[in-house]
Amino acid sequence: MIPELGQFALVLAALVALAQSTVPLVGAARGNSRWMSLGASAAILQCALIVLGFLVLAYEHIVSDFTVENVVQNSFAAMPLLYKITGVWGNHEGSMLLWVMILSFYGMLIAVFGNNLPRGLKARVLAVQGMIGLGFLVFILATSDPFARIIDPPVDGEGLNPLLQDPGLAFHPPFLYLGYVGFSVAFSFAVAALIEGRVDPAWARWVRPWTLAAWSALTLGVAMGSWWAYYTLGWGGWWGWDPVENASLMPWLAGTALLHSAIVVEKRDALKSWTILLAILTFSLSLIGTFLVRSGLTTSVHSFALDPARGIFVLGLLVAATGGALTLYAIRAPSLKMGGLFQPISREGGLILNNLLLTTMCATVFIGTLYPMFLNALTGRTVSVGPPFFNATFLPLAVPLVAAVGVGPLLAWKRGDLLGALGRLKFAGAAAFVVALAVYYLHNGGPVLAIPALIGAVWLVGSSITEVAERVKLGQVPLSHSAARAAALPRSAWGTALAHAGLGVMIAGMTGTALWTQERIQAMAPGDTVELAGYQVRLDGVGPVKGPNYDAQRASFTVTDSGKLVAVLRPERRIVHPQEQAVTNIGIRTNFFADIYAVIGEPDPARPGAYVTRLYDHPLVPWIWVGAVIMVLGGIVSLTDRRLRVGAPSRRSIGLTDAALTAE
Amino acid sequence: MRRLIFATPILVFVGLVVYFATPLLRGTDPSLIPSPLIDKPVPTFDLPPLPGYPKGLSSTELKGQVQIVNIFASWCIPCRAEAPVLMALAQNTHVPIRGIDQKDRPEDALEYLKELGDPYTSIGMDSDRHVSIDWGAYGAPETFIVDAEGRIRYKQAAPLTQADIQDTILPLLEKLGAK
Repeated sequence: MIPELGQFALVLAALVALAQSTVPLVGAARGNSRWMSLGASAAILQCALIVLGFLVLAYEHIVSDFTVENVVQNSFAAMPLLYKITGVWGNHEGSMLLWVMILSFYGMLIAVFGNNLPRGLKARVLAVQGMIGLGFLVFILATSDPFARIIDPPVDGEGLNPLLQDPGLAFHPPFLYLGYVGFSVAFSFAVAALIEGRVDPAWARWVRPWTLAAWSALTLGVAMGSWWAYYTLGWGGWWGWDPVENASLMPWLAGTALLHSAIVVEKRDALKSWTILLAILTFSLSLIGTFLVRSGLTTSVHSFALDPARGIFVLGLLVAATGGALTLYAIRAPSLKMGGLFQPISREGGLILNNLLLTTMCATVFIGTLYPMFLNALTGRTVSVGPPFFNATFLPLAVPLVAAVGVGPLLAWKRGDLLGALGRLKFAGAAAFVVALAVYYLHNGGPVLAIPALIGAVWLVGSSITEVAERVKLGQVPLSHSAARAAALPRSAWGTALAHAGLGVMIAGMTGTALWTQERIQAMAPGDTVELAGYQVRLDGVGPVKGPNYDAQRASFTVTDSGKLVAVLRPERRIVHPQEQAVTNIGIRTNFFADIYAVIGEPDPARPGAYVTRLYDHPLVPWIWVGAVIMVLGGIVSLTDRRLRVGAPSRRSIGLTDAALTAE
Repeated sequence: MRRLIFATPILVFVGLVVYFATPLLRGTDPSLIPSPLIDKPVPTFDLPPLPGYPKGLSSTELKGQVQIVNIFASWCIPCRAEAPVLMALAQNTHVPIRGIDQKDRPEDALEYLKELGDPYTSIGMDSDRHVSIDWGAYGAPETFIVDAEGRIRYKQAAPLTQADIQDTILPLLEKLGAK
């Protein structure tokens, strides 16, 4: 009875979404305010119904109701509660339900907090949100019913894929989806603006916080995914240019470009049709990400839904959303008023350069991901791209981007002074130069790009500090005045500086691990000691341990530095029930500057009592994720900017747009 | 002209959709990518062995009897899923299974074989992936069936499952006259 309740809630939600996607649109066209206001109530009701459906599925998983197919396939009575809950979205049906729940959540937020939006725009935005929701609800109900019953219920379930039973991965999909789906808001605003035929600075001011929120969540989601790959898959890598990883990187790159181009619309009333296009493309790339993963076009650890029927359905949704929006764009965008021309050396010029580079980087990832499939479809010939392709195309584009990111925020709007900006960056430049010399001295035979990469990292952090120091006139006025200026500095300026510095920290982490990683692979018996990066690592012993749903061999390593205890690492090799799948659980010790990473393998047949062990020293690797968190903090700080919080377009301009609307 | 610029995105998009929709609507399993190398002789190559193994793998060995060639790597998660299927196949038939270890470090490959078993008659180390590309391989795992004349007769670009073995591989081996 309870699962049917969930199903019923989803059917109702689809009907509400149908009303939401049509009635307000007609109302906005006819100037009927009652029809327009239906959008908000429908969005709230749709969200409530989907949340109900999701809670029902979560309940079924928690109580282990093995009459529901989804629970049977992804749960197991003895599994820890945390993974019973995260197992709700650790499968195709549940993850699509999560996707649509987050979508309706954003719709609800627009309905509740969008009171200062012009009524016509709000109605149209909610209608477009309703259409996307309707499409995905029908997709779930038609091809991916999470509440399907099983005729002959088994005694116990098959269990969740052991690789997914991990705290890092448990929370990776929700954040990734918060990002992917968050871009739907920018998309809906873009489509609504095209329908209205009007884009103004106020529009950009409404779009920016949503984009910023989605971008922050996506940054965190992608970072969590790479962190998980680093510490679970046991091969020590954090990014493999896997198609599914690329699928999350593409919307991130496009979203980053959107974030910056929206600033130009807001401040200079220019770049409008480009920003609209970026908003459409960013969400389309999120849909393509969903499509690539769900259609089975890529085979990897993520493809738990190899089902062409679903692929065709998602492709249909993609065609409807992107095709519809781009057609509308082709028709309406030429009539948008062009913004003024501007100087290449200016803040907006820098932002355009940022956009060009980011979209080109996004295009290289797109081509590198899809080209092998594309060439095969056209000619039947196969090619192979992979990390070498991306290293040769993506990284060289990142170098000018990093250089420009340092200078951009110091340029003035309209007419910047490049030499003046560079002059003010002399400390950042000098720091980067010193680091370059130090790296050149220490460096022996690593990748050549490591030196410019570390220069870039220091440059970014240095220029971000310089920017804040300049704006608070540090050293030019008494310290108390500087502190007062710092307090008065717009939060968005702090956000910019934080995000750019975070990028620098992240680049340092990526470079450090690429350059100085040490590894030792050997057979070790208890008592054996191995030297690793100046530490002595001793295997104390290996013994069996029993977990809630696994049996494991746990090793104990003592790490010492010339006799002084540094850490005890306890990696495990688990056999997870009921799949009987082997999973490595690494031992890790981080001191913020480097990770010591230990993996215990199989017993060595050649030497009784010995085990294959792998020990790594990964310098600077934690900085990758520290940098990502700093970037996210930058996004959050910027979100709290008064300008965005108040949604400051003055009341009067809203009155005007509203009046203009009713006059139509 | 200005209109054409704004219409470019939709035109590019339509092109992409046509490409994507074709294989899906044709109903072909995306993992069964047709290979232009079908019925062609195997590419010429000579790969070195894993450390501690007597010999590697070269194209001259792929003649004289029906054989299976499997591209794998220790870093490849689907390969791990496939490994038990290959082990069972090796135990149940006398058809040699040749391994091409793609872009792997020798120590990782040795550990992989130790952990999951070694179904291979011989293994060649394809460290820079050149030979895999000559075989038209996208990645790993991919499996080929080579007939007694050394021609490629079948390719699967996805992990072998027990069902693939029963429904496709064994019947084809029999048809080709494997013992």
